Amino acid sequence: MLNGTVQRTNPATAARKRARLRLWPRSPAFWFLFPAVFALAVIGIYPLLVALYNSVHQYRLADLEAGTPFVGLDNYVATFADATFWQALGRTMLFLCLTLPLEIALGLFAALMLHRSGLAWMRAAARVSLVIPMATTYAVVGLIGRLIFNRQFGVANYLLSFFGVPPQDWLGDPTLAYVSVMIMDVWQWTPFCALILLAGLTMVPKEAEEAARLETRKRLTILWHIERPYLLPGLTAILILRSADMLKMFDAVYTMTRGGPGAATEFISVYIERIGFRLFDQGLASAQAMLLLVLTIVLSRLYIRYIYREVA
Amino acid sequence: MSLSLLGLLTIGAAPRSHRARTGRRRATIWHALALLVIFLSSVFPFYWMVTTSLKKQADALAYPPVWRFTPTLEHYIDALFTHDVAGSLINSLIVASSTTVLAILLGTPAAYALARYEFRGKRDLWFWFISNRMVSPVVLAVPFFLIATKLDLIDTHIVLILLYLTFSLPIVVWICTDQFRNVPIELDEAARLDGASPWRVFWKINLPLAMPGIVVSAIFAFIFSWNDLLYALVLTRDNAATSPVAATNYMSGYELPWGEIMATGTLIVLPMVIFALLVSGRLVQGLTMGAVK
Repeated sequence: MLNGTVQRTNPATAARKRARLRLWPRSPAFWFLFPAVFALAVIGIYPLLVALYNSVHQYRLADLEAGTPFVGLDNYVATFADATFWQALGRTMLFLCLTLPLEIALGLFAALMLHRSGLAWMRAAARVSLVIPMATTYAVVGLIGRLIFNRQFGVANYLLSFFGVPPQDWLGDPTLAYVSVMIMDVWQWTPFCALILLAGLTMVPKEAEEAARLETRKRLTILWHIERPYLLPGLTAILILRSADMLKMFDAVYTMTRGGPGAATEFISVYIERIGFRLFDQGLASAQAMLLLVLTIVLSRLYIRYIYREVA
Repeated sequence: MSLSLLGLLTIGAAPRSHRARTGRRRATIWHALALLVIFLSSVFPFYWMVTTSLKKQADALAYPPVWRFTPTLEHYIDALFTHDVAGSLINSLIVASSTTVLAILLGTPAAYALARYEFRGKRDLWFWFISNRMVSPVVLAVPFFLIATKLDLIDTHIVLILLYLTFSLPIVVWICTDQFRNVPIELDEAARLDGASPWRVFWKINLPLAMPGIVVSAIFAFIFSWNDLLYALVLTRDNAATSPVAATNYMSGYELPWGEIMATGTLIVLPMVIFALLVSGRLVQGLTMGAVK
């Protein structure tokens, strides 16, 4: 999305650039692009328009005899006044603020360990193992979480017992349930951060690293002065993508806690799903979905403006 | 925690040769230990799922947990046939492969155009393709449910196939554009001089040469479609329910059949792990969708 748009300029494309084709039916490019653009418009944009339309109507699936009258901004007003909506949003943002730094820190540590020379065989094994969490179906991550954090026979309680920690009711206690969801998210996505940062580290010129190693023995100095510039683009990507992912987070939470206990892990996407499909208020859910969409766009624009520009 | 470990790695580094050697050895030990921790923590939850799926119920619910046990396949048979996970796996297979094929058919020409032609608004078009990665599925699931209800498409494969295009198509476009850029443009020009049509140039020259990238993008499209829960949960009932939906169906009831749940989980995840290992070299590219090169 960001670096991806930067094209390699070879003479041929440069010549094309001067030509500045317009996209219209006589250009072959139009016909190459048309099917994909059309399909994505129908399935990606049209539903958003429907959601926009529904968001200004009353649309209760459980009470369709009442019809779907136009209600103006009532659904939006109701959303803004809905404390539960803001709590769900706050919970999501808190999750972002707590989990993302943890994933980045652990990911950086893993990347540095994988980048360090020596122990080639072990490094290869560790690198391959990172693929497993990322490939695990999100819904199944939640199921594994339920198994590991089970109150009666969970292996988490067992492992903690070695450190003298008494058994905890992980998924029954609001705070611990939140922490359990965090742990599973960290498990699944730290490898993602690690691999992105590792890709950045492999871009660092070997000579620069070796020269720095002769100058100083402090690992952090090398990290800060030599490797940091190569890590920043990846770091930006992590911030943008993980933030978007956390606003999307549904599957693992749904299978692990269903938003509970109470509403302790009811993140924004889980809340909207509950309003729309378990309380059957499609009008209200549409308004909330539109607000979430706006939030996603604003957030990614902010990141691009304030972080990516710095880097680029 | 990571920082303190990092500090430990540099401790004992002194100029004297003997101390330097022991320091280096100690650093290597820490390095090995760190790699071991990375490996074990990545693998353990997966390992625990697979072993639980092979344990008898009594072993699965034992506390303290049992590490050595006689494996049994009974949960797999129960899950597949009693709970009809087999049917849901077939649904998943139908939906994921159809959407992948569709995404390749629609996406490769678009990717080719983005790689080869210049036109106004190309950046915006590109951004729009890629920004689909950001949108929360719930935003689309709400209106799509009503549209599908009106068109009588609830609980059909087709509605999921179409909806999954919202992420499978962008990923194909993203990876393939990159791939087509690596095909030498001189080949296109030579073919055009020989009188080949743009479509022929694409079909006969570029498509075969870009095949490695197309395969990678197909695997990603398949993995993402296979892994979805939200859309399938909202839009299917019994006939078209995919396997992640089947996995959540156990959650009702008092005593949970953990062996079967984990057997189902293993059946869902294992093919994806294999696929992901096949494309592990390009995992970053696939997951970031162009936010990083």
